[in-house]
Amino acid sequence: MASAARTALFGPLFDNNPIALQVLGICSALAVTTKMDTVIVMSLAVVFVTAFSNASVALIRNHIPSNIRIIVQMTIIASLVILVDQFLKAYAYDISKQLSVFVGLIITNCIVMGRAEAYAMKNSVGLSFLDGVGNGLGYSLILIVVGVFRELFGSGSLFGVQLFALNTEGGWYNANGLMLLPPSAFFIIGLFIWVLRSFKKDQIEEGV
Amino acid sequence: MLEQYLNLFLKAVFVENMALAFFLGMCTFLAVSKKVDTSIGLGVAVVVVQTITIPVNNLLYTFVLKEGALSWAGLPDTDLSFLGLITYIGVIAAMVQILEMTLDRYVPALYNALGIFLPLITVNCAILGGSLFMVEREYSFGESVVFGLGSGFGWAIAIVALAGIREKLKYSDVPEGLRGLGITFIIVGLMALAFMSFSGIQL
Repeated sequence: MASAARTALFGPLFDNNPIALQVLGICSALAVTTKMDTVIVMSLAVVFVTAFSNASVALIRNHIPSNIRIIVQMTIIASLVILVDQFLKAYAYDISKQLSVFVGLIITNCIVMGRAEAYAMKNSVGLSFLDGVGNGLGYSLILIVVGVFRELFGSGSLFGVQLFALNTEGGWYNANGLMLLPPSAFFIIGLFIWVLRSFKKDQIEEGV
Repeated sequence: MLEQYLNLFLKAVFVENMALAFFLGMCTFLAVSKKVDTSIGLGVAVVVVQTITIPVNNLLYTFVLKEGALSWAGLPDTDLSFLGLITYIGVIAAMVQILEMTLDRYVPALYNALGIFLPLITVNCAILGGSLFMVEREYSFGESVVFGLGSGFGWAIAIVALAGIREKLKYSDVPEGLRGLGITFIIVGLMALAFMSFSGIQL
């Protein structure tokens, strides 16, 4: 039991990372990674939604008729996302403005739906909850790595605190503007996958 | 008037490309772009669904959900905008279902070609993203039709181009760890760079 819980919680971080290995949920992930503030809020939102949608689906898994299960899962997820969205609008208005449509897009984040369908429909409430937290954290891990690179090299700061003195203000660091543009996120994830797979040879794909 | 619509269309296709500038629809974008044929099928399906759902959601937003939108029903103080997300996703799911049944009945050839892709589109972030952008940017009905067409078209172009590149890629010697997913990300990054050169285009 303990080991099952551990696999559910920590497996998704490295061995089975939803973004790096299953190519799930990148949709909403990358556009928010130019600043660490938005990264952290987005990560918390996704952890919350995956954990509770998994738990709720698992709770009623024996009562959902299988031909309408997708729509039931969708409704649960959408309600949770609305909850997060309204909460952010009420208590963190600036951040919610910066995240704009991407909070809403958690609904179509394949990780949430994928875990509900693949894991929560077959497992107990507790394990499904842990699996949700684990997958949310696995997603957050990649988001944070990408976010650190982009904010540090793009603006020379982390969480808005200036670490590298920019040469526009008389410092030594010449900010890399590319890091703030969309393409850099693709490069960073591509290289991240490369590094991850160099250590875990079994995950290398055949062909191209 | 026409110029404004044309401008919006070009902007939606090139400058604010759903896939390359906003990372929307990435899951399907990466998973279904191995062959040109299938990606054309998916691209067409996205254009069709996008062009229908965005205007429909626009009407729903203007006449039901927006603050004060229900004044025609004698409820001027009602603000249902918090129901937005669940409404849009419902409309998208319903539209995809209806489209699937209509195609099955009247255009079986196209239905067979699109077959498996239609249901996938329900969870494509580009579709929901399109509706959310439409609401955020407060497009009129006419604009939302053009935006729907343009954003769908841009996404289709991007996936077909990526599939073309990936087909050619089988002749190249990619480092082991980068094979498959890794190299695809790098390619998409390079494509996004190329598309950025369109920014600033105005008619």
